[in-house]
Amino acid sequence: MRWRLVVPVVVVLALIVLLGYSLTRSPDVLPSALIGKAAPAFDLPTIASQRDRITNKDLEGNVTLVNVWASWCVACRAEHALITEISQRTGVPVVGLNYKDTREAALRWLGRYGNPFAVVAFDGSGQVGIDWGVAAVPETFVVDRSGTIRYKVVGAITREEMNDTLIPKLKKLQQES
Amino acid sequence: MRRLTWILVALMVATPAAGAVSLNETQLTRYHELTADLRCLICQNRSIAESDVPLAKDLKAIVAKQIAAGRSDGEIKQYLVDRYGEWVLYDPPFQMSTWLLWVGPFVLLLIGLVIVAVVMRKRRETTPEPALDRERLARVLNDDPPPSQPSHKDS
Amino acid sequence: MIPELGNFALILALCLALVQTAVPLYGMARSRADCLAVAAPAAVGQFVMLGIAFAALAFAFYGNDFSVAYVAANSNTHLPWFYRIAAVWGAHEGSLLLWMLLLSCWSLAVAAASRSLPRDVASCVLAVMGSVSVGFLIFTLFTSNPFARQFPAPAEGRDLNPLLQDPGLVIHPPMLYMGYVGFCVAFAFAITALITGRVDSAWTRWTRPWTTAAWVFLTVGVTLGSWWAYNELGWGGWWFWDPVENASFMPWLVGTALIHSLAVTEKRGIFKSWTVLLAITAFALSLLGTFLVRSGVLISVHAFATDPARGVYILAFFAVVIGGSLLLYAIRAPRFEAGTEPVAILSREGLLLLNNIFLVVAAAAVLLGTLYPILADALGLGRISVGPPYFNKVFIPLTAPLVALVGGAAVIAWKRTRWQAVQSRLWLPLLLAIGLGVLLPWLALGESGVVAAAGCVLGIWAILGALEDVVRRVRGRRVMLPRNVLGMTLAHVGVGVFVIGVSLVTGFGGERDVRMAPGDRVSFAGYDFVFKGTRHVEGPNFTAETGDFLVFDDGDQIAELEPAKRRYNASGQVMTESGIDVGVFRDLYVSLGESLSGQAWSVRIYHRPFIRWIWAGAFLSAIGGLVALTDKRYRRREKLRAPSREHMSSASVQA
Repeated sequence: MRWRLVVPVVVVLALIVLLGYSLTRSPDVLPSALIGKAAPAFDLPTIASQRDRITNKDLEGNVTLVNVWASWCVACRAEHALITEISQRTGVPVVGLNYKDTREAALRWLGRYGNPFAVVAFDGSGQVGIDWGVAAVPETFVVDRSGTIRYKVVGAITREEMNDTLIPKLKKLQQES
Repeated sequence: MRRLTWILVALMVATPAAGAVSLNETQLTRYHELTADLRCLICQNRSIAESDVPLAKDLKAIVAKQIAAGRSDGEIKQYLVDRYGEWVLYDPPFQMSTWLLWVGPFVLLLIGLVIVAVVMRKRRETTPEPALDRERLARVLNDDPPPSQPSHKDS
Repeated sequence: MIPELGNFALILALCLALVQTAVPLYGMARSRADCLAVAAPAAVGQFVMLGIAFAALAFAFYGNDFSVAYVAANSNTHLPWFYRIAAVWGAHEGSLLLWMLLLSCWSLAVAAASRSLPRDVASCVLAVMGSVSVGFLIFTLFTSNPFARQFPAPAEGRDLNPLLQDPGLVIHPPMLYMGYVGFCVAFAFAITALITGRVDSAWTRWTRPWTTAAWVFLTVGVTLGSWWAYNELGWGGWWFWDPVENASFMPWLVGTALIHSLAVTEKRGIFKSWTVLLAITAFALSLLGTFLVRSGVLISVHAFATDPARGVYILAFFAVVIGGSLLLYAIRAPRFEAGTEPVAILSREGLLLLNNIFLVVAAAAVLLGTLYPILADALGLGRISVGPPYFNKVFIPLTAPLVALVGGAAVIAWKRTRWQAVQSRLWLPLLLAIGLGVLLPWLALGESGVVAAAGCVLGIWAILGALEDVVRRVRGRRVMLPRNVLGMTLAHVGVGVFVIGVSLVTGFGGERDVRMAPGDRVSFAGYDFVFKGTRHVEGPNFTAETGDFLVFDDGDQIAELEPAKRRYNASGQVMTESGIDVGVFRDLYVSLGESLSGQAWSVRIYHRPFIRWIWAGAFLSAIGGLVALTDKRYRRREKLRAPSREHMSSASVQA
């Protein structure tokens, strides 16, 4: 048997292995480009009042959860209860980033569904969202004590994700000095 | 009045509807080329030039603003890569993680052409020259007209 | 009741396919003619069963039977009836049924033509096709049954994806699948060659027409896809290097290499094992395309509703069929007598060898680019996008030399051609090509550009090179061209026309993205566009804002365009319908962006010079293939009787 005739078989085998592996991956979930980097700088008003401002410096000192949401986002309602639960179970403060919304609609939404946020930054134009690499809402970032982004959840947080990944991660980061 | 119309037309022509920024002719070409090279991150495989979703419009506005501010294509792309990762570039830059992608096809072509050359040479070597060919060789070398045209009947 | 009948027909089709596969193969192993004879009737039976199944599904769609889950997911009572029928293949399950139906059509055709083939060859070909059918039927019955019912049946369906509600849906998938499946016939002939150990002139003469026919369908299918995307997607583009588009393009590239390689094998009896390998590869790429489109491993606007579980099955099927074939190839290919005649580079077979190299490398490049995101992810290199900029930069350098070769193709003869003969025949076409090519952009559009001019030079060179041969043959001697020469000429002229279209559109196509209020006038590309405003329109299953644009050329109104933004009632999806003024030398394309304050809209205006030449050239090539198919060599009916069959077998042993 001439060995060069085996080349096609080897190529196809390699291709099948590659494609088989790719079946276990999900191509539409985009990992964050900011993991391990400092949280992008921002200086935004809160939804409560124009005069109160919140900056990225306020994220330092504590492990924080930054949740990007909007009143027009249906999936945000789905994860809302879980956000409250995470905050209660871990003691981690949750900072909200209200993305491309209006103050009135946002406040009304919080009044209706509850407010688990320590504070909510108002990003009307969405520019801060872009700086954080937000493609759609909801998205949630885990920021450690030094203000570095350590983890990102794309889409609504599910109960499995919360129990299996998010809460353990938050607890671990809380133990880091 | 005609002048006014002209100015209005020029303004309309030069303003990408996506943003409130005015671009001249060259900038507009750059804008179209650049937005065709950037991925719409929430679409099913479309560039931001080909998409009207809110994120695409925001990104197009950023591109327009930065072109007007004089940034280079590389800087604008880097700005977006910093935020969204390399995924946002439809034109993968030539770097360590993509050398196979860029070099591969041309290496394959080289290999193919080498194989062709080797195969042709081997075939020529393994075939003995029939005696008749020497006569023809002499004819050709002397530039005599051949006895008949080479056949090129059907394909 | 009818869907159950369809389901039952599918089960019967599976049984028949199993018979069609196993019995003839057993018959070949034991040389039993009665087993071999089973193949053709089984193929006919399978066609009937699949026809019944398809008709049952079509009936369910036509009758709005929403208790069938597939119908409910893809149809709607307000959908016009022709789209309801076309919706049969609008999503995964139904399109699989179409695939299988068309496979059984090709099997039927082979069974009908089997009288002109030796019995063992015909039966083996049908058996291989049957095995593919078995795989797809099992896949359909166990994971993707279109007849699955749901209770309670919804009162209204979810509607066909609005992107598909276009005449293109009626014709593009059937043509495309005819091409994909047609390469299964070439594949079956290749496997038959490996099993019987014979690749002779008879084998190539049988295989060529099937392969050419499949190629014609695939060319038409891919071209229709491009034309449809242009009309439907609203952005003036005609090719996006989208994974699903690439999935149809790769088999086309290898298929083109195959039809050329078959020509060499038929004429000179060389490159036999390469031809067989190409036939396997073409079908492998068809199957790979099926995998990529339905498994969800790549993101695409064309992908069906994706399911990795289904992907596992298709991948396993691919592994068995293609892995098995290539293993068979590695073991049996040495049996083919390797030709040892010299191959001169300046000969038709030398040129076709080069043609094959360029086409196969181009196909490999497209495959690399399409799969690279997966590869990078698997190797931990991060998430990388590979899009049109990459493909254009890589593909064009790989195929430009090919177009250059096309110009010389007809002039260069088999075995050997003297360089002087080539020169004397081609210096004039070359000169004309350079002259006309450089002038064409300037004459047609008043613009100049190096790249576009180079493309035009190449395109005109291909056309003139092909025509030179025809002119020379016909001049003086009033003779009818043999069909295969005519076909080749048309196909090569089509390539030239295509290249000219691509060069001019890419080089000089422009766009404007403007805000227009009613009454506004925009000047672009030498035309004036006036926006009259929009009006509200109620369609059968959508509501639309239809714009009204008047186009003026130097003061004369030449067109009235009505682009629209449609909102489909059932799904809520919004679609952009473009207004296109079609012309031989340019298209003017207007589409509505979005509604702005006042009554203004953001409007996109595109100028697409010579874009129709792209599809015209491709269709011309397909017509060329069709003409070549009608060559009288294939119309001679071979009535084989027992003595001559033996004669053929003994003759082919030493081939």
